[in-house]
Amino acid sequence: MIRLKKIATLVVLILISFACVQAQDVNALIAKVKFNIDKVNDYEATARMITNVSFLKVPDADVKVYFKKPNQLKIKNEKGISFVPKGAVSINLNNILSGGKYTAIDAGTDKIGNTTVRIVKLLPEDDNADVVLSTVYIDEAALVIRRAKTTTRTNGSYQLEMNYGKYSAFGLPDKIVFTFDTKDYKLPKGVTFDFDDGTQNNRSAADKAKSKNGKAEITFSSYVVNKGVAEDVFK
Amino acid sequence: MWTLLQIELFKISKRPRTYIAFAAVAAIVFIFQFAFKADGQSYMDLMLQSVKDTFTFDRVQAINGYFMCYIILNTLLIQVPILIALIAADSISGEANMGTLRLLISKPISRTQLILVKFAAATIFTIFLLLWMAITALFMSLLIFGTGDMLVFRSKGDESQILLITKDDIMWRYLAAFAYATVALTVIAALSLLLSIFAENSIGPIIATVCIVIVCTIISNINVPIIDKNVKPFLFTSYLVGWKGFFYIGTDADGKTIRGSLENWPAIRKSLLILIAHIFILVMAAVVVFKKKDILS
Repeated sequence: MIRLKKIATLVVLILISFACVQAQDVNALIAKVKFNIDKVNDYEATARMITNVSFLKVPDADVKVYFKKPNQLKIKNEKGISFVPKGAVSINLNNILSGGKYTAIDAGTDKIGNTTVRIVKLLPEDDNADVVLSTVYIDEAALVIRRAKTTTRTNGSYQLEMNYGKYSAFGLPDKIVFTFDTKDYKLPKGVTFDFDDGTQNNRSAADKAKSKNGKAEITFSSYVVNKGVAEDVFK
Repeated sequence: MWTLLQIELFKISKRPRTYIAFAAVAAIVFIFQFAFKADGQSYMDLMLQSVKDTFTFDRVQAINGYFMCYIILNTLLIQVPILIALIAADSISGEANMGTLRLLISKPISRTQLILVKFAAATIFTIFLLLWMAITALFMSLLIFGTGDMLVFRSKGDESQILLITKDDIMWRYLAAFAYATVALTVIAALSLLLSIFAENSIGPIIATVCIVIVCTIISNINVPIIDKNVKPFLFTSYLVGWKGFFYIGTDADGKTIRGSLENWPAIRKSLLILIAHIFILVMAAVVVFKKKDILS
């Protein structure tokens, strides 16, 4: 009986130590990813933004993306108007990994395309933080985040999918697909007399459900890294 | 005919009420411009209140000359028929009231010619009024607010949409919209002219025109399926706002706007043809009635 207890204790200890080692592995992995991201103090990027939201009928926009540490980010359409999803500030991965004030949990591995990624769940230590849970999918070979899913208290959920190219050493993606929750747009009653051209929206229930999600694709054509960005840009 | 038209235009230009229309348009436009210059962002916040938590965008850039003109036309083109009626409804009844109608038809011109000239004069007045609107609402707004991409807020069925038209794709839409509005308001001029034949003073036809426009506009905007199907298609007021169709930009399957496109050109063309048919019928009716009229004043 005593022998059995000893074996059980040993197994538990092994499992705990294994978990600790894994947590350490995950923390080390995040530290490596963060090391790359931290190389960037600021950047100015040129990009093309494609917005896909059911109630928004807009053209593709040529935008400039400005970033400055620790978490200032601005997406600007220099030539016109662009609707920028509020959660898009999270394309700055510093926002997700900022300060290390989270508990990292290893959630195994998965595949994104042909790339094996490690899934890490980040639980904020601050009970009052807006972010409830972030899940990041880390490419261990390239040390970059390929996908990030974030659930917030007030702004719904959003997801980032990232493809990397020549700026991967800085943790900067070539393309980001940002998916976010949207509400239906409703015009205040009685403010317009609209032309009834006889066409109706024949959207199915599935289409209407889809319209609760919006998507913004940002394809970066160039980055200017660590050359300084004026503070005025973020006002 | 040309001399006759010049005389009619001269008479219109000498009437003080002609300038009431121009002054009213200028006053309304100025008030709008002042209000939006002072606090246009509140209007923008109202329009975007349901998505303000999801999106950010440059509100200052959004309130530009093109957007202002659209907002002003949205309001003005509902009121302008009243201003058109002020002049057009006076065409025949004004002459009858002053006792010059009998004298006029005793001249060597046919009654048909007279009606057509009166109609042409009212149409020219309409064109001038719209030109004035273009100068004040569009060009003055562009001077005051500058240019930029234009936002169009729209209800389509039970849904609402926000359309964005890039600034290099807007001016032709305004040209087309003003041309459409000219046709739409000419219907009012033709209606007023017809009604003015039946009266001895201009108050009656002006009030009658205004009442018809108000009643029909209200019915056109009642969203009840039975009225939508059976009544609206027969009301000319349902087509008065067709100018907006030029700002409903076409989109691809992904909802991306296509530069230079219209969402539903056939619907605009159909509306335009219906309005032209209205003009033709109303003017022809005016000719027929006037030819048969026993003129005693």
